[in-house]
Amino acid sequence: MAGAWKTSTWSRSDVAVNLICWADMNRDTRDEPAIEFRDVSYELPSGQRVLSNLNLQVQRGETLVVLGRSGSGKTTTLKLINRLLRPTGGEVRVNGAGTGQRDVIRLRRGIGYVIQEIGLLPHFTVERNIGIVPSIDGWPLDKIRARTQELMQMVGLESQLAPRYPHQLSGGQRQRVGVARALAADPAILLMDEPFGALDPLTRDDLQREFLSLQQRLHKTVVFVTHDLNEALRLASRVALMEAGELITVLSPQEFLRSTDPLAAAYVRAFRAGTGLDTNRGSS
Amino acid sequence: MNLFQFLAQNFRQVLQLTLEHLWLVGVSTVLAALIGIPLGILIAHRPVLNRPVLGGANIIQTIPSLALFGFLLPVPWLGDRAERLAILALTLYALLPVIRNTFTGIRGVDPAVVESARGMGMTGRQLLWQVELPLAMSVILSGVRVAVVISVGLATIAAAIGAGGLGELIFRGLAMVNNQLILAGAIPAAFLALFADFSLGWLERRLRPQ
Repeated sequence: MAGAWKTSTWSRSDVAVNLICWADMNRDTRDEPAIEFRDVSYELPSGQRVLSNLNLQVQRGETLVVLGRSGSGKTTTLKLINRLLRPTGGEVRVNGAGTGQRDVIRLRRGIGYVIQEIGLLPHFTVERNIGIVPSIDGWPLDKIRARTQELMQMVGLESQLAPRYPHQLSGGQRQRVGVARALAADPAILLMDEPFGALDPLTRDDLQREFLSLQQRLHKTVVFVTHDLNEALRLASRVALMEAGELITVLSPQEFLRSTDPLAAAYVRAFRAGTGLDTNRGSS
Repeated sequence: MNLFQFLAQNFRQVLQLTLEHLWLVGVSTVLAALIGIPLGILIAHRPVLNRPVLGGANIIQTIPSLALFGFLLPVPWLGDRAERLAILALTLYALLPVIRNTFTGIRGVDPAVVESARGMGMTGRQLLWQVELPLAMSVILSGVRVAVVISVGLATIAAAIGAGGLGELIFRGLAMVNNQLILAGAIPAAFLALFADFSLGWLERRLRPQ
């Protein structure tokens, strides 16, 4: 079908070109953004605007970090993707279909979700927590068990932690359980809402490093919310900067550091001051 | 003749009345739980219904028990047997603590936990059975416990309409100005209440999430 418009007198190179075109066309459907915001707005029932006219595309396999202060609308943006919130205007599309047009339970089971306060079920053991999505999805028990063990290994949890309860774990271990749980049903998309926010700097550093190496292997589409520029620059393929419910700009980490956008520049200044790398301070 | 001699002599009768008492309390508590827990869940999920339901249960609570027994007496099927009347009245009184604690328990589940469970794709039913009810169970149970303790006391009044139970000894004692008779009813009733309170309290602690 792809070459139907071509004449029948193809040379060898024509065929090659055509094959590449065909491959590209095949990729085309895959190149459609994994997540797309089209003119999305969100208002609270009180009429307060939390998000205005957001247009944003998240490509397959990239880590898009949404950076902004608290109240800038970044968590709202995340919850619109798995429809914990419904847009009051515009449309959110996941894998090419509007989130409002499909079964919300199926949509959510196909999206891993890790949140700030972790949200582990306090009355479930580590093992059951990790296996929740497979279990509510009706996997057979032995398959759930095998998957749980595989995941615990993948995120660096010792297997003797399996029968423990969340309150018996350290903050870092809980967060690993949260990540393992989100990965359980092997979703193509991961949503992470300041997952490492409450950790001490060393544990955070460990988890960020492990996140990067996991992401290199798994190539998930990740939307990661944070207010920490350091984290954003370290993890992101692209950084989406938000302020007061509006998307200011989307830049790669390198572009971000050189950006002349006043807000981005302010972030970079604050970041440099915080690390003591500011040249002005160094010379005084 | 002291109290112990009296109890020893009338052991069979006291035992029978105690069992009647337990029957009244047990059946009414089970009914109150069967009605109150689903109602509590409903109003926790539908905040609009919260005021009318809790308000209604509150109003029932304000009706003096003797008056309620009296009001229900002329009702056709119920009035046939005093026992039915007593069970209905006790059930109505037990509703408020059960409904209110179910409501409080479910609303008290950490919103972050509920949100992450929804975010993972749990259906409403899965959320209720796997997350909300287990986490609210100790609070719900403490409502049932309050209901049982209230019922044990209230059930003594059921004897006024001839429904039996330990109240019969108390009323007889009052009429005959016989303190031993009153105590023979009151002491087993107090022990019943303490026992129920203790055992349900134990269960509640066992079910409390860490």
